[in-house]
Amino acid sequence: MRNANSNLNIRRKGVLTGWTFVLLSVVMIFIFYFYPMVQALIMSFQTGTGSNLEFTGFSNYTRLFDDSMFITAVKNTFIYLLIQVPVMIILALFISVLLNDSKLKFKGFFRTAIFLPCVTSLVAYSIVFKYLFAGDGLVNSMLLNLHLIDTPIGWITDPFWAKITIIIAITWRWTGYNMIFYLSALQNIDHSIYEAARIDGASATRQFFGITVPLLKPIILFTSITSTIGTLQLFDEVMNITKGGPGNATLTISQYIYNLSFKYSADFGYAATVSYSIVIMIILLSFLQFKVAGDKNG
Amino acid sequence: MAKSKRFFTYLFLSIIAIVSIFPFLWMVISSTNKSVDVTRGRLLPGSHLLANFQKLVETTDLQLSLFNSAKISLTTTVLALLIASLAGYGFEVFRSRTKDIVFNILLLSMMIPFAAMMVPLYRMFASISNVAPGIGIDTMASVILPTVTTAFLIFFFRQSTKMFPKELLEAGRIDGLSELGIFFRIYLPTMKTTYAAGAIITFMSSWNSYLWPLIVLQTPQTKTMPLLISTLGSGYAPDYGMILIAIVIGTIPTALVFFLMQKQFVAGMTGSVK
Repeated sequence: MRNANSNLNIRRKGVLTGWTFVLLSVVMIFIFYFYPMVQALIMSFQTGTGSNLEFTGFSNYTRLFDDSMFITAVKNTFIYLLIQVPVMIILALFISVLLNDSKLKFKGFFRTAIFLPCVTSLVAYSIVFKYLFAGDGLVNSMLLNLHLIDTPIGWITDPFWAKITIIIAITWRWTGYNMIFYLSALQNIDHSIYEAARIDGASATRQFFGITVPLLKPIILFTSITSTIGTLQLFDEVMNITKGGPGNATLTISQYIYNLSFKYSADFGYAATVSYSIVIMIILLSFLQFKVAGDKNG
Repeated sequence: MAKSKRFFTYLFLSIIAIVSIFPFLWMVISSTNKSVDVTRGRLLPGSHLLANFQKLVETTDLQLSLFNSAKISLTTTVLALLIASLAGYGFEVFRSRTKDIVFNILLLSMMIPFAAMMVPLYRMFASISNVAPGIGIDTMASVILPTVTTAFLIFFFRQSTKMFPKELLEAGRIDGLSELGIFFRIYLPTMKTTYAAGAIITFMSSWNSYLWPLIVLQTPQTKTMPLLISTLGSGYAPDYGMILIAIVIGTIPTALVFFLMQKQFVAGMTGSVK
């Protein structure tokens, strides 16, 4: 009886010590993540300038649908999302399958080189890209010298090409990052599966779609969700390459929130409403991606 | 047939590798050239490296920004590792049903976009400024506090703790060490590689962080390197050589970390999904 009691005491003590280990992080995450989230939700029902906010119900939410700048930002963000994310994921998958070949030489060099863009800060590489893609920049002069174009392309100044420049930039920065995830997943696939497929006469393409893609599906899902979340919050690149221009042609939702809060006369309530549109999109898109991946599984 | 396929594999990978490296090469080479030469498309190293550097030091607060960045990222890294490893350890070693629920709630914070928090966070620190200016807007604390605890790092430490041999815990208890003693004297030294990977990932994101510092750091004296580079880069008549050397300097710390600790670097990035 005594023994059982003291055992219980040790247990109880264990429970308390356990909480002291995790307490600080729990408090920090509640203060700096969940509390602001709730605050933003409350603010999204308020309007006013600066800190003089009043409750106005759903007026901010109805304003979203008449706000052409918001609609432009959403459109731009979705153009980036629908073109850039699939291109990057397919490219990263393709590269990692090539690199996973055991007979390939210079593997380490290729892997390091392709991963290298990940060490740059988003600001630093954005400025470098802005200069490379300038009207009189190196990219234009190379294309002109190779006679691929007759007149310089407005990579930064033309509404269409500016979007392309942003897409090229993000793809350059993040393809290697995604490749690393696929490579480490590929290393866990048993080579005998491919051997068996080869003996059965399966072509490389068939092996790719029949073995590699299904086995990598969880990691493809993971990377496409993180890339989607990242793209929905795109800010640094657009801010530093095009500033959202020309004429809002590259403006993103995050940048619009920034402008609403810190550039124009601070409209915190409406900015919070716009920010909640990102939250809703992330939830919907993540759910959709899970659903698509799940269905193919069944 | 097989041979030509091989050839195209090498060709394709070489093109991708060149495209990946080229902007680095261009930025390093251009930082040694005069601005005019950069505009002319000169792709050979020049002799203006020192002149560009001198101009950068004279016209900007380079040393100050470097110092601010170093101070912020190193403090963030040390604190983040401490907070997250304590938590990851606690959640795994003292596992209980309630703690698992709390852990899952913490993980939800990874889904919250920063864009949705930045306005309330800014207002939070603006009101703190009135009471405690030392940790309000425009201070190092205001940059560090909201970013120092991440569910990602807690998750990362918890996953790694699963590999930690439980016999060591028992041994520590028998030796009469306190629970914190076990953590600091046994767990911490055993998990060096996990700490290294966590340190790299935290240092990188802190050193490169832009949006939040842009919002809270409002005076030239508190600027970090990304803010300095961004300001230089947005000028109308850019001095390419000078700006590119600023970018090179800003990239050196993270590039060094990458080349010296490639293995832990990759472990830190992919650690969460293994």
